[in-house]
Amino acid sequence: MSKYFTKEHEWVKIDGSTATVGISEHAAHELGDITFVELPQIGKSVKQFDTLAGIESVKAASDIYAPVSGKVSAVNGKLEDAPELVNESAEDAGWICQMEGFDAAELGALMDAAAYAEYLKGLE
Amino acid sequence: MELIYEKSVAGRTGVRTPISDVPKARPFPSALVRSDTAGFPEVSELDLVRHYTNLSRRNFSVDTNFYPLGSCTMKYNAKVMEQAGALFAECHPMLALLPGGEALVQGPLSLVHGLEQQLAEITGMDEVTTQPLAGAHGEMTGIMLIAAYHKARGEKRKYVIVPDSSHGTNPASAAMAGYEIITIPTAPYGDMDLDAYRAAMNSEVAAVMMTCPNTLGIFNPHIAEICEIAHQAGALAYYDGANLNAIMGKVRPGDVGFDVIHVNLHKTFGTPHGGGGPGSGPVGVKKGLIPYLPTPRVVKNADGSFGVEAHPEGIGRVSDFFGNFGIMARAFAYITLLGGEGLIEVSEQAVLNANYMMARLKGEYELPFEVTCMHECVFSASRQLKDGVHAIDIAKYLIDRGFHPPTVYFPLNVKEAIMIEPTETESKQTMDAFIDVMLEAARVARETPDLLHEAPVSTPVGRLDETRAARAQQVCCEG
Amino acid sequence: MGYCPNTPEEIREMLGAIGAGSVEELFSAIPKELRAKSFELPAGMSEFELMRIMREKAAAGGAEIVPFIGGGIYDHIIPAAVDHLAGRAEFYTAYTPYQPECSQGTLQALFEYQTAICRLTGMEASNASLYDGGTAVAEAALMALRVTGRHAVVLDASVNPLHREVVSGYLASLSTGVVEVAPKGCESDLDLLMASVTEETAAVIVQHPNFFGSVADLTALAAKAHEKGALLIVSCYPIALGLVKSPGEMGADIAVGEGQSLGNPLSFGGPYFGFIATRKRFIRNLPGRIVGETVDQKGRRGYVLTLQAREQHIKRHKATSNICSNQSLCALRGLIFAASLGRQGFADLALLNYEKAEYAKALFAAIDGVSVLNAGATFNEFTLALPKPAAQVVARLLASGVAAGVPLSAYYAGKENALVVTVTEKRTKAEIDALAGLLKEALWN
Repeated sequence: MSKYFTKEHEWVKIDGSTATVGISEHAAHELGDITFVELPQIGKSVKQFDTLAGIESVKAASDIYAPVSGKVSAVNGKLEDAPELVNESAEDAGWICQMEGFDAAELGALMDAAAYAEYLKGLE
Repeated sequence: MELIYEKSVAGRTGVRTPISDVPKARPFPSALVRSDTAGFPEVSELDLVRHYTNLSRRNFSVDTNFYPLGSCTMKYNAKVMEQAGALFAECHPMLALLPGGEALVQGPLSLVHGLEQQLAEITGMDEVTTQPLAGAHGEMTGIMLIAAYHKARGEKRKYVIVPDSSHGTNPASAAMAGYEIITIPTAPYGDMDLDAYRAAMNSEVAAVMMTCPNTLGIFNPHIAEICEIAHQAGALAYYDGANLNAIMGKVRPGDVGFDVIHVNLHKTFGTPHGGGGPGSGPVGVKKGLIPYLPTPRVVKNADGSFGVEAHPEGIGRVSDFFGNFGIMARAFAYITLLGGEGLIEVSEQAVLNANYMMARLKGEYELPFEVTCMHECVFSASRQLKDGVHAIDIAKYLIDRGFHPPTVYFPLNVKEAIMIEPTETESKQTMDAFIDVMLEAARVARETPDLLHEAPVSTPVGRLDETRAARAQQVCCEG
Repeated sequence: MGYCPNTPEEIREMLGAIGAGSVEELFSAIPKELRAKSFELPAGMSEFELMRIMREKAAAGGAEIVPFIGGGIYDHIIPAAVDHLAGRAEFYTAYTPYQPECSQGTLQALFEYQTAICRLTGMEASNASLYDGGTAVAEAALMALRVTGRHAVVLDASVNPLHREVVSGYLASLSTGVVEVAPKGCESDLDLLMASVTEETAAVIVQHPNFFGSVADLTALAAKAHEKGALLIVSCYPIALGLVKSPGEMGADIAVGEGQSLGNPLSFGGPYFGFIATRKRFIRNLPGRIVGETVDQKGRRGYVLTLQAREQHIKRHKATSNICSNQSLCALRGLIFAASLGRQGFADLALLNYEKAEYAKALFAAIDGVSVLNAGATFNEFTLALPKPAAQVVARLLASGVAAGVPLSAYYAGKENALVVTVTEKRTKAEIDALAGLLKEALWN
């Protein structure tokens, strides 16, 4: 059950046919205190790297892009009342949505945890 | 401090309403009557006056503090302008639109026309409309004019180009007019990367939007070329006049090649900022765009009188009447008072003051672009960041020392940006006092940075929890 | 001259610090070929000469004409305290409150203003004001498009024609469909409005009272809109809300309007302010600035601009609107006006408007050949049918020093003889009686 990361700081965790999506600790830290998560509609279909959702902090607003293509099957309702969950646990309890119907080959375009850590170093 | 609602006592009455001199009417139909009176405050006039007088004293303002907000042009608001504007309080705008009404409002109509001519001459444009009610509103109007121009030629253009240093209202206004945005990065010399711009320009681009001097306070020597590149692709060039205070009498956007411009009367022309408005954003155009201007227009007849003419081929109305007339009257007064020479002096002194700031502060604060600035200069607090001090900490420290902070975190392409625009109305004394405190802040940042993190401590409230405000969304007093 | 204080000596010192020989040198980055081709403006003058010019213009501004006209802008009393308090320099020479610690005056005042608007309109969340009434209706339409994700609106033609023109301009840029619904005489055609709402409709937009002065119950219209997943937008006249049902009470989703009648002078067209208020669940979709309550690190209550992630300086081209300013000072005047009159005073003022208008309505209707076109209740405006084209009558009466009303011929086909008359609390019985006399003479002599 490994995580893959995108250049835009999203992560995706694969569990059988379900892909869970969120933003990385790095992204959450950069945004500052999250004030709102614009969750996607259940049933929404997106292509890899399309705009999937939105996230806002006091000083910034960012789009969240789909790490893989697919259909949104579930959203993390807890984020409606407690968006701060993303700050507290961006890569675990602060997951944003789940998707189905993705193509595993698309994961090839993403980074694993080690590659992402290197990528972050390069950004500094 | 309590809210006015918390000072209310049920049954207290305020100012006396006029006495009725007509018979009582039959009751208003009960099915349409409001179920309870609107919950306005119930306070005595003395309490009202105390409350708002004391509330006002919690503000910094140009009249009380040096206010060097870059990009805002916080110059002195001349009191004679207030006197002049107040003269028109009882003039009803609808009179101008009634049959036979024009003859009764020749004074205001002559002012609208006169201001349009003044602004056209100052900016080098052919015609001006005063209808837009604010700068951003002017930008939207300008882009709508550009859209109408292309539509009339059967052109289908999808994009508007902006530099990444542009004010957020530029892409937002273009989006409201239905365009998609192409953003061009800033080159090392401090302005839009010319090669990237050239590559992005094509026949699908409707316009490029430029600010000159740019939001870094730098005059772009390639500005005419930028307009030319647009024209060669059949696109138009839009000028955001927010920084006009730097170049009056020296450069006119119309001469440079811009097709559409807007000016901010509440910046360059000294009308008061009012705590965030009202403003006024007149738009100027070259001949080719005159047909698309909003309706109606004030025209001067052969006999010297003024009329109101419908302009049916234009984009319609962007506001109900002729614009924010009270603000326009103040700006007209300012321009008339100063005259041509006065405006030239304004720009010269504005540029002198900003360069003085830059020269005295560059020893302690990083200059992202080491070029002569115009009416504002941008520093980065990157040196201070090494001691854990951010631009916002410097800003809050300034508040404790009685200065309104400069603009921080804009433009977006400079890290920890601090943008200082002193304006021409500030004396060397005032600027020296501010410079001393900025230098002091830099020293404190090195020696005792924690002091800066706690600032401000002398104001009624300290740093406020903005996260809590955004999450709680408490926007009115309940109960 | 231009309020530039520095002496030649000080200028020399500053140039020395900069390392430049002259002020002109500071402009050397500007190529010669870009220098201004002309800068021909008359010479400046002193305050004395200026005020002579300004007084002359103001004297020819129609202030002496008795206004029985509205068109969205109304001649109401302004208590002396409003000018006095809004004239405090700390309020009017301050900037947008981006540094909240030194702007609590403006921020708290705007929070109180937002509260006043919510209470006036019966809504739950207001912003800190928009430019004016017309752009407020347009912004409400854009808001409804965002909330519903739909692409069309239904617009009642009894909404102020000037406002409708502004709305059309905003929506045309975004290729939004606008279905205009004609009035039934001087009433909004509620049946037709309801029938026009489909699953494609983002919002129905009506005015309360409407442009002809008629007041209606919009509760059924709200219900119908909601049935189809659309929003009800009501553009309302603030003073009328001192008497008539509020948009909130009737089930509206967004209330907007022109705030001028609350403490702002006529001033030949501005500045005024627009207001917008909505239900709590739509707050993220509100355009413009919003002030929120919070605390500082010591637990002291304070106010800040909030939900700024909606705005242009963060979201840029994806912002809810391009709007950068609010009409802060005008909104402040509105707030002080409301607080000056107070809860009961505001209701009394509204009632007085109604009574003056009822008196005038009966008096004018008694003139031969004149009838009232409104089928039901009116507040302080009503529409008369004259036996002659109204435009002629208005022109003639202007020459006698009275603006008798707004003739509808410029805005509605087939209404050449119709005249909308406005009667506020400032119209004395003597003025009303005099107008009746003038009308009679104009119609029958």
